[in-house]
Amino acid sequence: MAAQYHHSLRFDAERCNGCMACMRACPTAAVRVRKGKAVKLMDRCIDCGECIKVCTQGVIVPLTDQISDLSRFQRRVAIPSPAMYAQFDPEVLPGVIFAALKKCGFHDVECLSRACDEVTAATEIFVGEYRGRFPLISSFCPAVVRLVQVEYPGLVSQMLPLLSPREITARDAKVRRSAEMGLPIDQIGAIYITPCPAKIVSILEHPGMKRSYLDAAIAISDLFQDLAKAVDEVGETDENMDGSETASGVSWAFLGGLPRSLPAEHTFSVAGLSNVIRILDDVEKGKLRNYCFIECHACPEGCVGGCLTVENPYVARGKAIKLRQQLPSGPSMHKEDVVRRYRNGDYLMDEPLAARPLRPLGEDISTAIIRMRERARLLSDLPGIDCGACGAPSCRAFAEDVVMGEAADEACVLAGR
Amino acid sequence: MAAEEFEAEYHVTGRDYANAGRVSTNIKDILKHLGIDPALMRRVAIASYEAEMNLVMYATRGKMRLVVNPGAVTIFVEDEGPGIENIALAMEEGYSTATPEMREMGFGAGMGLPNIKRNADDFEISSVVGRGTRLYIRVNQAE
Repeated sequence: MAAQYHHSLRFDAERCNGCMACMRACPTAAVRVRKGKAVKLMDRCIDCGECIKVCTQGVIVPLTDQISDLSRFQRRVAIPSPAMYAQFDPEVLPGVIFAALKKCGFHDVECLSRACDEVTAATEIFVGEYRGRFPLISSFCPAVVRLVQVEYPGLVSQMLPLLSPREITARDAKVRRSAEMGLPIDQIGAIYITPCPAKIVSILEHPGMKRSYLDAAIAISDLFQDLAKAVDEVGETDENMDGSETASGVSWAFLGGLPRSLPAEHTFSVAGLSNVIRILDDVEKGKLRNYCFIECHACPEGCVGGCLTVENPYVARGKAIKLRQQLPSGPSMHKEDVVRRYRNGDYLMDEPLAARPLRPLGEDISTAIIRMRERARLLSDLPGIDCGACGAPSCRAFAEDVVMGEAADEACVLAGR
Repeated sequence: MAAEEFEAEYHVTGRDYANAGRVSTNIKDILKHLGIDPALMRRVAIASYEAEMNLVMYATRGKMRLVVNPGAVTIFVEDEGPGIENIALAMEEGYSTATPEMREMGFGAGMGLPNIKRNADDFEISSVVGRGTRLYIRVNQAE
């Protein structure tokens, strides 16, 4: 029996017109259209949000939180994704946005910069001391992590086992505030301002950790209107204009932000799930062994391409680069401190990442083999044009559904013509 | 075909770099659907990819046959091509007859055949110069 996984997307069948756009866009073949409505296959979905980007009917609802849901916390700390700054013009400095966030229901704001610098340095140490199989793969994009767990289970041991900057920031902020204010930790809510639904899943259930240090996530797109209004009101009155955000923190908003400290000829960055899939496929075949580290993002251009942002990813990336030029360069902490914390295990995940391979065609290999033969036989009778009329994204997926008893083979309108 | 056996055959064309790697991707997909252990799947993936690239780089054409049964995953490779003059030498790590073109694409480290052998539980190779080469690659399933 497959375990039930948490998800961050809900399909609202009432609104679905069965257009199949989400089914065609899904990189893991996790959508079927049955009786004219899109349905999600829970074990295949990696919460990347590609379906949200293409749906014109508003069917796919991200399960983000609203500020009003957060009154259970005495102290609400906003932790904005660096992608959030890129939604504004680069003249709007992080400090102004932080002041605006405080007008939108948060008591405090913590930026990721310091943790970004720490993780960059910790990654360098880890890569240098690592004796396992290369390349290592970045684990900061939760959609990529789940993609590996589900589709590339043999690669879980090559995922970088370090905490993400957002988790480190949440943990450190809570500990510090709890000490400063004498509040119990569970009264302090760390709320991520998120560009994508994948982060929500990593809050509900964080791979490699007992639990996430973050408590909730609010979509950038939900907050944007109120925030933009508050930014206008704040004007330029806040004294701490850069908000202690640094150039390296902002770099994490887009592709290429992380491995800059590693040797360029042995690292590269890849964004967009279809590209990530191609690269992981190569890694699995033993290619790319000469690379030490690959930065992977599910969204085009990195987090600025998340489906819960408002600015298009290319313009947003430009804005982030412009903003970066105006901020102090960092690093925001001493290397010796990072080394000490690294040795202390402060950046390591709690446990090894677990694989979550897809359910095979049969519960034992003999059954699977028989069904695989049946799939091959069916497939040779199908037209192979992946028209989608049967409600499956490809003839192969359809054949699989049939052998698993989840679709009837007469659903193909073209077979035998 | 035995009752509990799955078989698939693929054709590979020499110099077809655009499609190189598709067969091993396909084989991986099948093994994942069969629920083969990830570590074992990976060994097969590496071996089949190296074998496929050897076909693309050196042979005129060839075929790869995958056979999976509850005991093992086996790949038979057969090509029409120049063959290998000195098999013992070809099996040595670091020995390569790759052209500058192949090396530019990241191949030719002389690790292809040794890598296949290392990942296989059973490996056989035979070759006739001027005719072609045959490989037998078997990876056993854990008991």
